[in-house]
Amino acid sequence: MGYEPQADFGTPPSSAETLVTLTIDGRSVTVPEGTSVMRAAAEIGGAIPKLCATDNVEAFGSCRMCLVEVEGMRGLPASCTTPVRQGLVVKTQTPRLEKIRRGVMELYISDHPLDCLTCSANNDCELQDTAAQVGLRDVRYGYTGDNHLGAATDTSNPYFDFDASKCIVCSRCVRACEEVQGTFALTIEGRGFGSKVSAGAKLDDFMSSDCVSCGACVQACPTATLNEKAVKDIGKPERSVITTCAYCGVGCTFRAEMRGEQLVRMVPWKDGKANRGHSCVKGRFAWGYANHADRITKPMIRDAITQPWREVSWEEAMTFTAARLQKIKAEHGARALGGITSSRCTNEEVFVVQKLVRGGFGSNNVDTCARVCHSPTGFGLSKTFGTSAGTQDFDSVEDSDVMLVIGANPTDGHPVFASRMKKRLRQGAKLIVVDPRRIDLVRSPHVEAQHHLALQPGTNVAVLTAMAHTIVTEGLAAEDFIRERCDWDEYQDWARFVSDPRHSPEMLEAVTRVPAADLRAAARLYATGGNGAIYYGLGVTEHSQGTSTVMAIANLAMVTGNIGRPGVGVNPLRGQNNVQGACDMGSFPHELSGYRHISDKATRAMFETEWGVALDSEPGLRIPNMLDAAVDGTFRALYIQGEDILQSDPNTHHVAAGLAAMECVIVHDLFLNETANYAHVFLPGSTFLEKTGTFTNAERRIQMVRRVMDPANGYEDWEVTQLLANALGLNWDYTHASQIMDEVARLTPSFAGVSHAHLDAAGSLQWPVNETHPEGSPIMHVDGFVRGRGKFVVTDYIPTDEKTGPRFPLLLTTGRILSQYNVGAQTRRTANTAWHEEDVLEIHPTDAENRGLKSGDWVRLASRAGETTLRALVTDRVAPGVVYTTFHHPTTQANVVTTENSDWATNCPEYKVTAVQVSPSNGASEWQVEYEAQTQQARRIAKEAAE
Amino acid sequence: MNTDHLMHMLNQIAVNLAAQGEATAVAETAQHVVDFWDPRMKAGLFAADLTPLSPIARAAVDQLIAAHA
Repeated sequence: MGYEPQADFGTPPSSAETLVTLTIDGRSVTVPEGTSVMRAAAEIGGAIPKLCATDNVEAFGSCRMCLVEVEGMRGLPASCTTPVRQGLVVKTQTPRLEKIRRGVMELYISDHPLDCLTCSANNDCELQDTAAQVGLRDVRYGYTGDNHLGAATDTSNPYFDFDASKCIVCSRCVRACEEVQGTFALTIEGRGFGSKVSAGAKLDDFMSSDCVSCGACVQACPTATLNEKAVKDIGKPERSVITTCAYCGVGCTFRAEMRGEQLVRMVPWKDGKANRGHSCVKGRFAWGYANHADRITKPMIRDAITQPWREVSWEEAMTFTAARLQKIKAEHGARALGGITSSRCTNEEVFVVQKLVRGGFGSNNVDTCARVCHSPTGFGLSKTFGTSAGTQDFDSVEDSDVMLVIGANPTDGHPVFASRMKKRLRQGAKLIVVDPRRIDLVRSPHVEAQHHLALQPGTNVAVLTAMAHTIVTEGLAAEDFIRERCDWDEYQDWARFVSDPRHSPEMLEAVTRVPAADLRAAARLYATGGNGAIYYGLGVTEHSQGTSTVMAIANLAMVTGNIGRPGVGVNPLRGQNNVQGACDMGSFPHELSGYRHISDKATRAMFETEWGVALDSEPGLRIPNMLDAAVDGTFRALYIQGEDILQSDPNTHHVAAGLAAMECVIVHDLFLNETANYAHVFLPGSTFLEKTGTFTNAERRIQMVRRVMDPANGYEDWEVTQLLANALGLNWDYTHASQIMDEVARLTPSFAGVSHAHLDAAGSLQWPVNETHPEGSPIMHVDGFVRGRGKFVVTDYIPTDEKTGPRFPLLLTTGRILSQYNVGAQTRRTANTAWHEEDVLEIHPTDAENRGLKSGDWVRLASRAGETTLRALVTDRVAPGVVYTTFHHPTTQANVVTTENSDWATNCPEYKVTAVQVSPSNGASEWQVEYEAQTQQARRIAKEAAE
Repeated sequence: MNTDHLMHMLNQIAVNLAAQGEATAVAETAQHVVDFWDPRMKAGLFAADLTPLSPIARAAVDQLIAAHA
């Protein structure tokens, strides 16, 4: 499309079902009750002038531009704050109104720079448009009176400026920060002529304030006051393309606003059903990595990892790679080869990688990064409900009365959804947080958890069982729901188990460290507080009992009847953009797309017919098993698309040993990542801006990713996989990613109705999309569970093998921070480093004092697996005995410290519990020094070829 | 494959399923191996000294060996 601003109806829509008919400027219009007159006029194409109104925030009624005449009503009401009524007769354009509007506009313009021709918002400025709309021709007051034209510009934020001289104090930015983002970083300071937007900080600049750089204020600003630096540098966009963010599992849709082939800005798309027009600092601003100087765009090969890289043609790279793979297969068999798909890549790209492994390499040794995040979700929810996915859409939160957030930190990990949670909480919903850390949701502006159960890391199952004990023994179980929807015999077995006095909150308090009374109160609130929704993250799954915890969560939802309608459900907050999709596409070694086991003959036959090859009927290796087998010499080749397992996976020394033992490691990525230190082939990848395909977010929503510029490396990632497939003689002939999705649809019942054309028409679709649900399924298990009857599974608390002791007396838990993403490969190559340039270790004041540490000190963090050094941050956000860090920076490499312990059912690593010691340090660890040297060696590119 | 690691994995599966009752736990432990373990892992298990296994894990392996016989 050409460049057009997004439609703005002035005030938010009403969700009322009752309709009201009124007359505006002689035209009849019917809208839901509660709609503003301004919005009703906009619905029929009328444009009432406005400045302080925008449809992302509630009406404010301050600018006086939108006054209207209403028959029978005295005065001139503001159309933004006037709700429609049956039979209302409204006039929006009369000489009287025109005169008043011109007068108001005159006042605004008398204190506004007249630099439109050189202004960055020229032709994209609501003030300019409104001045034209009201026919302003003259400013009678002149421009020499008191004004704000000399006000300073705040350039502290790396992505946008705040030019106070252009501010009209409409409060849209302040209200967006409050209502949309929920941070309350901005305010209007002073009164009357002295009123100004303030960041409220000592320095009164955005960077030192509470601002989280979500961009909501920039989007709301009707002038050039808050404007992207990129717009100033590049100019006004001239076209836009709707696409999907490549960061977290929320799956925000954006308008990629372009000027030629240059991306000017990413603006959240108001019609995006996952984000509803909101964004975070990553999706909105942190896309500069796509053009970073570190980007590798030419294929490279080397015979041994001790050699420098040699740049080669695509043809030579593929010939070299295919020859190595074929040699290994001939000497060691198909099961010596495997691949890893990426949750950062599209469904189509994932599908062809697993197809290459199964149909080309000839083994089922394919796995994905969900192994190290949400594999327990797939297992646990499949067992209990029958589907490996969350039950709700994000809109469901608007009907929640109680939110139970366990092992998730939404304001950092899933910030756009966190804003919607906070909005609902401000409306009165109750909140229970189960987390060892005092995450921001526990207490933030106008949000406070009713209960924060600060449990001992590793005791999730004990806490959930104690909650279940309370619910069952206090007679709070939803027996009608259970009898109708679940297996009653299994429920009774489970109820007997949880009712045992050894599972009471009082008995388990010694283990969980959660006060029994608080736990009981939280359980009662969840069971009786109305619609109860559970949201969880990696603090649930990345434990030795990750799968048990997921099943315990499902049990809790079933016993309270909180399944199958809006406002309730079990909602895994997925870490990466396409974790759900990568799992859906058959990335696990035991199952084909749509979660069908590889041993199922009929399913296998479908794929064999479509692909023209015989498939192995035995499950393949999971990632940790691949590394074990590599050390043993039975696994020798690995194709890794878009993942950096050396940095992201646990026990770095073990990962390095596994990679080093292989004969052919193929890394397909944007950058020479840490894993590439051990690679023999580097295949350059393409960014999400350079490809076409689909991502599936945490609510099972399949959304289009649209190519907005040509791939810098020459190929979309699925094309690179196809080149490799054809070098191996497979004769694939896809010419567009849509053909891959068509194949997925042919082979996968839950995707039967999905195609790019259908997605283009519908905007997005939530699977299953099939004959029964042709337009998708926002909420699952509405009339019954997918598996038939809901299954209660007995989940006993089994303590982790990871124990603290004299050598390692503290427990380390890891996580992520708002401004950085996963291993940081993308965000470290953007200005987001302004917020988090290094990983730090959070430590409680008592533990710090015992060790003589203060914030900023270098500390040695050691476990039985390894050690690293980083700076300390002393904070009571963590409990005594618990320390916390992030894993975004390879120079820290937090996973040198984490161990090989994993979930019993899925081998998802136990990142959240590592026994460690912290002590003062005066510099980098021996490992860090060695690794730095090794990395420099491994990243050499032969000069003659590079030039 | 590292047999100590395989033994540890199997014991971990068994202990997590134990609360479901012995018969169910044995059957589900065995089925877990069938469903999720690669052939070389299964072969490593069958060839290993099974002494370190818990009773449930051991019974599951016996069941698997009997099924393969």
